[in-house]
Amino acid sequence: MAEHPVTPAKPPFWNNPQVRAVLFQAIALIATVALGLHIFDNTQDNLRRLGIASGFGFLSSPSGFDLVQSLIPYSAASSYGRVFWVALLNTLLVSALGIVLATIIGFVIGIARLSRNWLISRLALVYIEVFRNIPLLLQIFFWYFAVLRAMPPPRQSLSLGDAVFLNIRGLYLPAPEFQPGFGWVLAAFGLAVVLAIALTRWAKRRQAATGQPFPALSASLALLLGLPLLAFWLAGSPLVWQVPELQGFNFRGGWAVIPEMASLLLALSIYTAAFIAEIVRAGIQAVSHGQTEASLSLGLNPGLTLRLIILPQALRVIIPPLTNQYLNLTKNSSLAAAIGYPDLVSAFAGTVLNQTGQAIECIAITMAVYLTISLLISLLMNGYNRRVALVER
Amino acid sequence: MNRFKTLTTATTVLLLTAGAAHAGATLNAIKERGFIKCGVSDGLPGFSFADEKGNYSGIDVDVCRAVAAAVFGDSTKVKFTPLTAKERFTALQSGEIDVLSRNTTWTSNRDSAQGMNFAGVTYYDGQGFLVNKKLGVKSAKELDGATVCINAGTTHELNLSDYFRANKKKFTPLTYEKSDESAKSLEAGRCDVLTSDQSQLYAQRIKLAKPDDYVVLPEVISKEPLGPVVRHGDDEWLDIVKWTLYAMVNAEELGVNSKNVEEMKKSTNPDVKRLLGVEGDKGKEFGLANDWMAVVIRQVGNYGEIFERNVGKDSPLKIARGLNALWNQGGLQYAPPVR
Repeated sequence: MAEHPVTPAKPPFWNNPQVRAVLFQAIALIATVALGLHIFDNTQDNLRRLGIASGFGFLSSPSGFDLVQSLIPYSAASSYGRVFWVALLNTLLVSALGIVLATIIGFVIGIARLSRNWLISRLALVYIEVFRNIPLLLQIFFWYFAVLRAMPPPRQSLSLGDAVFLNIRGLYLPAPEFQPGFGWVLAAFGLAVVLAIALTRWAKRRQAATGQPFPALSASLALLLGLPLLAFWLAGSPLVWQVPELQGFNFRGGWAVIPEMASLLLALSIYTAAFIAEIVRAGIQAVSHGQTEASLSLGLNPGLTLRLIILPQALRVIIPPLTNQYLNLTKNSSLAAAIGYPDLVSAFAGTVLNQTGQAIECIAITMAVYLTISLLISLLMNGYNRRVALVER
Repeated sequence: MNRFKTLTTATTVLLLTAGAAHAGATLNAIKERGFIKCGVSDGLPGFSFADEKGNYSGIDVDVCRAVAAAVFGDSTKVKFTPLTAKERFTALQSGEIDVLSRNTTWTSNRDSAQGMNFAGVTYYDGQGFLVNKKLGVKSAKELDGATVCINAGTTHELNLSDYFRANKKKFTPLTYEKSDESAKSLEAGRCDVLTSDQSQLYAQRIKLAKPDDYVVLPEVISKEPLGPVVRHGDDEWLDIVKWTLYAMVNAEELGVNSKNVEEMKKSTNPDVKRLLGVEGDKGKEFGLANDWMAVVIRQVGNYGEIFERNVGKDSPLKIARGLNALWNQGGLQYAPPVR
């Protein structure tokens, strides 16, 4: 008996998976947008009812207050928008320095942790366990209220060669003042950099082709130091040092590192370094021991083994969690508010918010900035990670 | 820090979700809740200060007690929330507190753009400087180049910059969130000067380890009328807080105090009779008991009593009445009549 091909009844359109998928997404989108609009509208409504000003117009009105540290010219006559940039730069400064310091300390401690010297590895262990298990805020307070408060008053500063001064107000360093002609020194340095890169490339190519090594590192260093020095001498030493001087209450002139910044930086880098050290240790241990043995039996010394064989492979494991630590450090820098360092949270989401009363705008801007910074760091680190990642063939 | 974050979140959430309130909503909510939520400072002797047992005292605290006495007939029905200068307005705007009584300066911007209403002036103050005697400074004019400690989110930040700008002098500001931190910094020598309202300087000085080593400079660089604040948009509640204050000032003027209030009810003076709710129904017009002003005076006291016991001659601060004397005694305290 011949079977009639049964054409199934066409299912109703709402049972069609493709239609469904689009429909549900559309509903979700409409609901989200509607909720967003409702929240926005309601907020506007409530702000109006409470008589609270809204909008971003306040950013151009004068701030009327001063800040203890600013990397760009700032005074009480500057605008709230200017406060934002000053505060942002302060946040970026402490984060960038913190990331560099934490990475250096973290790598040193992480490698020390694996040292065959019992004392060194135990010391590294103690460092890690102590600093990663004490809350960061307490560490900031420790450096600020316990350590840096023990410094002498300005009139009894500790001094180094009457040029560097340390007191409770901070660390005062001579500041370079560039005279006309210093451009030549910079130009010489730029030239040296280009030459050094070319030299290193040439040395690599030559070694690959002929097997003959060339001391590119020391030659480059000589270039980098020698050329600018020569230019400096030829241009007639176009640089004077502005030495800090005690005038009235404080030192004036020179560069000052304020204790608020110093304690925040110390606490952030030492705390984060403890985590980075563990990441580094894990990364190194993830490289199989056979690699070390192979390298040693090829005649490479332990230092070269670490630099050329282990670290490049370990980096693949280290980079992704390291990114997290960088993000944490940047976000943790907002604890600055606790000790009066004028970062974004303290100066902008704090003082500006308070003087203008525009909480929603200030908090929204601040959140957007942290989000942007974090995404940027993430992007950079992901890019670097792609470069060092294992290329599978 | 954390409290600040919570507060900010709370404001945002509240601003986002709260429906439109109608007049009288604050009073209704308070009556339903059974107590008043009052924002005070994070520790300022004479104004709002919690002792080791957690009992609050001070002028600002007494204002809140008086409002509780007015609403509930019981001055103990208050819950105090200590706030830093930075947190206070957000707390009020978000409804975390009903009244902010925290040595807050009345300014145009706070009244207009920040959505607040000032209910009056409990203390006429002005900004001054506290310095270590060791520095040998006799006047604020000698402070060129000094490092100055301030509290974040105050009018002092602005006045200080104005003062130094006007006098063409330089200074380094150090802005702390808590007044205790700035006091500690002054003691440690991190800053040369602490600036704040003069009353606060006297109050903070007695909290220092060696109060006698510090001196308040003679200059007053600003006008700081301090008073209780409520949210914009609820006139009924504003009236109650405002008139609680006026009731206490009027009581002092009419010679009514916490001890003689019952006796004074028999007074023949019609002003006193109206104030104490013996004659007319002035109290009822606020939606409260007719004798609420009498209750306030009996339980908390008149303005003079509050002043003297918290910051005046009966307190460790020993601040003279000065601008805060009644208008007919050379001061500025003046209340409209109960009529």
